[in-house]
Amino acid sequence: MNFMEKKTVFQKVKRDQCIYLIKLMVFMEVLQSWLTLFLLVLVLLYRIKLKKKKNIVIVFFGDGATEEGVFYESLNFAALHKVPIIFVCENNGFSVYSNLEVRQSSKRNNVTIAEGHGLNTLKGDGNDILEVYDLTKKAIELIKQGKGPVYMEFDTYRWLEHCGPDDDDYLGYRDEKEVKEWKKRCPLKNYQDFLIDEKLINQDEIQDMTSKLDKEIEEAVQFAKSSPFSKKELLFSTVYSN
Amino acid sequence: MNSKSRSLKFSEAIQEATALALRKDPSVYIMGLGVPDPKGLFGTTLGLEAEFGSHRVLDMPISENGMTGVAIGSAISGMRPILTHQRVEFALLSVEQIVNQAAKWFHMTAGKKNIPLVIRMIIGRGWGQGAQHSQSLESWFAHIPGLKVVMPATPYDAKGLLISAVEDNNPVIYIEHRWLHNTFGEVPEESYTTPIGKAHVVSEGSDLTIVAHSYMTIEALKAVKILINEGINCDVIDLRTIRPLDIETIISSVEKTKKLLVVDNGWMHFGVSAEIISIVSERLSTSLETNPKRIGIEDVPIPSTRALAKYVYPTPIRIAREVASILDQEIEIQDIDENIPTDQPDASFTGPF
Repeated sequence: MNFMEKKTVFQKVKRDQCIYLIKLMVFMEVLQSWLTLFLLVLVLLYRIKLKKKKNIVIVFFGDGATEEGVFYESLNFAALHKVPIIFVCENNGFSVYSNLEVRQSSKRNNVTIAEGHGLNTLKGDGNDILEVYDLTKKAIELIKQGKGPVYMEFDTYRWLEHCGPDDDDYLGYRDEKEVKEWKKRCPLKNYQDFLIDEKLINQDEIQDMTSKLDKEIEEAVQFAKSSPFSKKELLFSTVYSN
Repeated sequence: MNSKSRSLKFSEAIQEATALALRKDPSVYIMGLGVPDPKGLFGTTLGLEAEFGSHRVLDMPISENGMTGVAIGSAISGMRPILTHQRVEFALLSVEQIVNQAAKWFHMTAGKKNIPLVIRMIIGRGWGQGAQHSQSLESWFAHIPGLKVVMPATPYDAKGLLISAVEDNNPVIYIEHRWLHNTFGEVPEESYTTPIGKAHVVSEGSDLTIVAHSYMTIEALKAVKILINEGINCDVIDLRTIRPLDIETIISSVEKTKKLLVVDNGWMHFGVSAEIISIVSERLSTSLETNPKRIGIEDVPIPSTRALAKYVYPTPIRIAREVASILDQEIEIQDIDENIPTDQPDASFTGPF
């Protein structure tokens, strides 16, 4: 997508939608969560008005999940019955500490695997917000046109540890240079810079949103901390439904 | 039994229960390998596709894991699926879905999302079924909180338990024995339920309590006939439900007879008989007059050849001898007639497996 198209897209998109996205973006930055892409796509789709009343299902998973047998079974079933489902693979090259090379042949291609099962496929840069938006829109169109399920794959990277809020690069399981390169491709920072350049947002607005979100998060954390734990009875009342 | 009742095969009773469930509730559907087949899954699904259509009576790709996931997903969205497996062993490919998903959602959602799923599984026997097509794994599923496990032994209960299972809001594993499919019994025409969690005292006697389930209930009843001629009268309890176990019915009987023999339909170790004897021992050990005993499948993989398979299963004669031994009584039983087929339930059974 070139500069002019981006601008046009933004002129079409209402300002408040931009701000919504930025709010989310800033929110995510505050949380330092790598789930950004994950949630962004979900949010984007949520805000898209579907003309049909029928629902579309989106399922997110990592590159490791594509090695499970049930993945192939799901692709097959979805294509067989033209299920309105979008499979989204966030390929970050790792399954905890195991990199892609020890898990998949270099000749393997998930996109052609999905194609081979009968699905439509799309692939893109998972750290480019506009590209993700654009491809997701295409995926939804395909389903609305009755063309069957879609497999989307986005290349991305994990900054922090697989599970938890900390950095674990001190373990030395991946190349420092690689981590640095990917951090330059931060979707949040790059998108923010773009919006500032396009004069769609200014620093004051960013500051204002940041402090409002900080407050909201702090309130949520306090609510969680001050909420009581469940009572013992809940253990036994949630085994079987009456 | 109130209204009109007639003699029906176990397999026909299952078909009837399924048809009634599909008629009553549009959210019920049935899916499995060969469900719409001309043979109708040993007769249990005949005519269903013609009446209810292929969107409610479904064949499926040979993807047990994925399809169980699909069934669970549909249950989450308000459907009430019946999933079938022609052998218990095919369900093994989907144990993660059963144990980690179906059995856990109600707990994990703190009681907000229940999974009303029925999974039918068939135990094979004879005709060379062998090690991988004849296992009786009810104890595996009965071990899991969140699952229910039922095993009818009569056509009446085959229908009643299936209707109950479909109406139950929890995942129910419904295990049927292939050798029961062609057995006959009185079955009412109308819809009725057999309560899940309630055993049935099939015959009464105060000498000893026999607890059995599935095909072993039939074998135990044959043993009881032999024993009556020897003046021995037993309580026979047909479990009907494995989980939740009707321990009170068992306790009542053993309090009376003070002697217990459990006839296990599967391997004994870590199985159904282990559980029953454990609970009875916890509650009645000081009032028992004899050690509780069990008889079940030999602790080996089940062989394909009938030459070896005949050593592996409890038989009416072995059960009768076990009872006599517990009672320290001499009985006269003729040895097995070598001409009686051991690889079929009876001479009329001509297959298929």
